[in-house]
Amino acid sequence: MIKNFGKYILMLYYIFHKPEKFGVYFKRLSHEVIELGVKSLFIVSIMSAFMGAVLVIQTATAIESAWIPDYTVGFTVKQSMLLEFCPTIISLILAGKVGSSIASELGSMKVTEQIDALEVMGVNSIGYLIGPKILGSLFIFPIVITYSMFFGFMGGGLVCYFTEIIPVNQYILGIRSFSEDNFTFIRYALTKTVVFAFLITSISSYFGYYLKGGSLAVGKASTNAVVYSSIFILFANYILTQLMLI
Amino acid sequence: MITVKNISKSFNGTQVLKDISFGFEKGKTNLIIGKSGSGKSVLTKCIVGLFEPDEGEIFYDNRDFLALKSKEKKDLRKEMGMLFQGSALFDSLSVEENVAFPLRMFTNMLEDEILERVNFCLNRVNILNKNNLYPSELSGGMQKRVAIARAISLQPKYLFCDEPNSGLDPVTAIVIDELIKEITDEYKMTTIVITHDMNSVLEIGDNILFIDNGIKKWEGSKNEILNVKVQELHDFVYVSKFLQNIKPK
Repeated sequence: MIKNFGKYILMLYYIFHKPEKFGVYFKRLSHEVIELGVKSLFIVSIMSAFMGAVLVIQTATAIESAWIPDYTVGFTVKQSMLLEFCPTIISLILAGKVGSSIASELGSMKVTEQIDALEVMGVNSIGYLIGPKILGSLFIFPIVITYSMFFGFMGGGLVCYFTEIIPVNQYILGIRSFSEDNFTFIRYALTKTVVFAFLITSISSYFGYYLKGGSLAVGKASTNAVVYSSIFILFANYILTQLMLI
Repeated sequence: MITVKNISKSFNGTQVLKDISFGFEKGKTNLIIGKSGSGKSVLTKCIVGLFEPDEGEIFYDNRDFLALKSKEKKDLRKEMGMLFQGSALFDSLSVEENVAFPLRMFTNMLEDEILERVNFCLNRVNILNKNNLYPSELSGGMQKRVAIARAISLQPKYLFCDEPNSGLDPVTAIVIDELIKEITDEYKMTTIVITHDMNSVLEIGDNILFIDNGIKKWEGSKNEILNVKVQELHDFVYVSKFLQNIKPK
């Protein structure tokens, strides 16, 4: 356990070594932004839209009372999406998609000696392979989560429009109500996202890069990457919530 | 020239290399031969710096590799080229990008110059009009040749080949052996080839080191290997019936 933590810290140390050539690293960074973020937009938009839709139905069903105004549904959906569903649940989904992809990519490179080839050439393989993944995710994940929030609200709005469970204008009013705290909530959500992005990419990279064994170990590394990323996301979520919201 | 002195290496208490000393000569194809698990790859990985030996010294033309600082080691690595057993081409890059990779990473050449050098290296290994293909679209022999092109793109002084003809048919295996030999002669490189293929040994073995269970048992050339008296090497060389039949009396 301590040995693994030490290796993880050493890995992070090597990421911040001076690149051999900034141009090559920058190209790699752009590639990772597309791979990790842009290619996740489809699944994120589908998940977010359906989460928003389901939240509207559940909230509207749960608070059917003449004493509670309809716009409460919109407000509840906004709070739930901003504070928890978009940053945490979408990050957990990204841990599954991106985390397993990172671990299997690096694991395959390890098994096929591509990482050794980089080392023999004199390239800092950790800096070249893992650095751009972490930096890329720190940049693109907050954008993905903001996009997710938009699609979540849209999903809820579409349910209101098609099912008339509550009037659309009441839903929009709910979304826009008590907006003075929106900045605090968005800052909280995006801070969480940045921390989660770091955890997902660094933990998954660790399992892929330090893989031992053959192709069977690649699958195991991929599973471990998702399991440990998810556990650390949930743990960090609790700590950050305690620190930032109370 | 690469010289190793008294190299020993253990993994989890198991000694894999025991006190190996040898001189790999410049302009020659130096072979490390031995059975599977004899320590050939570990020795080579110690020489290129992928493993750190427990004891011993490694000299690259009088430069003490193990005593070099990290920056100096990196500079020395630019003088090395390595062909891995499975080629180790980068899956996500095309043939052209693979060969251009060391040039883009370590030189300030312009794109036109890089492309010219890439085409020269690919022509040298007889890979024509395959620049935009990906490694998965190439045959095993072609992958090996592209890997050689990548290894020589920076005009290295030292070339390492880990079982270059494993998994190849006999014809392609000889083509790869001959290519390594030609390139070594042409660029006056110090080439180290790990192999357990007797065809390669007899074809290109200028200077041969035989390892058995991590111990150096014999050194010599392809001209001497058929008359050798060392029992372990004798068993290794004459394992096939064909070679037993042509064995000198």
